[in-house]
Amino acid sequence: MDRPIRVLVAKPGLDGHDRGAKLIARALRDAGMEVIYTGLRQTPEQIVAAAIQEDVDVVAMSILSGAHNHLFPKVVELMKEQEADDVLIIGGGVIPDDDIPGLKQKGIAQIFTPGTPTTVTIDFIKNNVKRK
Amino acid sequence: MKLINKMLSGDKRACARLISIVENDKLESEKIIKQIYSHTGNAHIVGITGPPGAGKSTLTDKIVKSLLKENKKIGIIAVDPTSPYSGGAILGDRIRMQDLALNPNVFIRSMGTRGYLGGLAKATRNAIKVLDAYGCDYIFIETVGVGQSEVDIVKAADTVVMVMVPGLGDDIQSIKAGIMEIGDIFVVNKSDLFGAQRTATEINMMLDLNTNEKRRPPVLMVTSTKNEGIDKLIEETKDHYTYLKESKEYDERRQKNLRIELLELVEEEIRNIVISETNKDNKMENAVKELADKKVDPFTVRDKFLNSIKK
Ligand SMILES: Nc1nc2c(ncn2[C@@H]2O[C@H](COP(=O)(O)OP(=O)(O)OP(=O)(O)O)[C@@H](O)[C@H]2O)c(=O)[nH]1
Ligand SMILES: [Mg+2]
Repeated sequence: MDRPIRVLVAKPGLDGHDRGAKLIARALRDAGMEVIYTGLRQTPEQIVAAAIQEDVDVVAMSILSGAHNHLFPKVVELMKEQEADDVLIIGGGVIPDDDIPGLKQKGIAQIFTPGTPTTVTIDFIKNNVKRK
Repeated sequence: MKLINKMLSGDKRACARLISIVENDKLESEKIIKQIYSHTGNAHIVGITGPPGAGKSTLTDKIVKSLLKENKKIGIIAVDPTSPYSGGAILGDRIRMQDLALNPNVFIRSMGTRGYLGGLAKATRNAIKVLDAYGCDYIFIETVGVGQSEVDIVKAADTVVMVMVPGLGDDIQSIKAGIMEIGDIFVVNKSDLFGAQRTATEINMMLDLNTNEKRRPPVLMVTSTKNEGIDKLIEETKDHYTYLKESKEYDERRQKNLRIELLELVEEEIRNIVISETNKDNKMENAVKELADKKVDPFTVRDKFLNSIKK
């Protein structure tokens, strides 16, 4: 691919801080990606609207507050409604191991729990973007 | 092309895809622009520029919210710098425009400069054309935070809003060269902060020194975060557009910019032709060696290269 990969880094839900999201945003930038960062407290609808307008390859979401089982699949569903299912959707944050298989089944390509080196996330994105 | 028809009928995803193509694919981009060019020319293009952190995104958000009450369709292109080291970028202007994301009449697009130095991205001009054809009444272009010489916005916009803030102090002096001249409207944003009046006075003094302006730019006090001064700014923006249209300046300005655009396109193409031509048989490499050994001078080589591409 001779263009930068575009990634929307989004924080759905009511978390009060976004240190983790900013950290990953910087790591992705340093890996040569264009990161669109939209700030805290995004609804799934806002995330999808931004993803469409920005025509991103990847939506990367992070949640600390525990609402992932509802919010992550909701974003996948809304993206499908927009016929944007060629976008890679990944999640991160405080997510119990038991929840991961269910989320993957619902279309979240991968879940990155705290402590995952950013290089793992970067490699995953590079190897799995669906669009040319 | 199917995408183009979808975009012309108002499809956001098609519009977004077309902007990506215009950004990434030179040949496809040309095909698209050829097809949509006759649909452009209807939007009022407004540049929002000024130093980093002046409140350009916050201001744009407030202006757009107000214009939406008039049922206008609005495009926003927000440019942020690409890192020269990694080629990546963090595009963060949307943070200040969160409430606009879902509005059906608003389209927001973030762009990295990708090595371009004038305060815009190389593809911004063509992205504007896409949004214009998409049917926007207004297109706002937020430049990167400017410092010294990022004045490309003047080649792309009808109206340039220069956003200043209190406390720039001596910075006003350093910014003024070149950059101050491109403002059609000056905003002192963050007027809730100490020193706003003084900043306005300084800008006014500077503008009074410049007597060859066709139209003296107004200086407006605004507090974006409190939505103060926004309606006045919108009024002045519209007045400026009316002035352009009623005087000859609208046509003069657009034609001047078209001339620049055309010359840049020609330059780029000649450059590409010369590069591909002189890559053959190591012509370029050999010439560089000869130059280094002082066997020949640069102007002679230039003429030789140019002659070799003449049909
Ligand atoms: N006090 C005060 N703060 C403001 C005002 N307008 C914007 N800000 C704040 O200034 C900071 C920067 O605002 P932005 O809108 O991101 O500024 P910007 O010019 O777009 O910044 P860059 O795109 O990074 O160059 C934010 O914290 C805003 O809340 C204002 O009128 N008064
Ligand atoms: Mg900004």
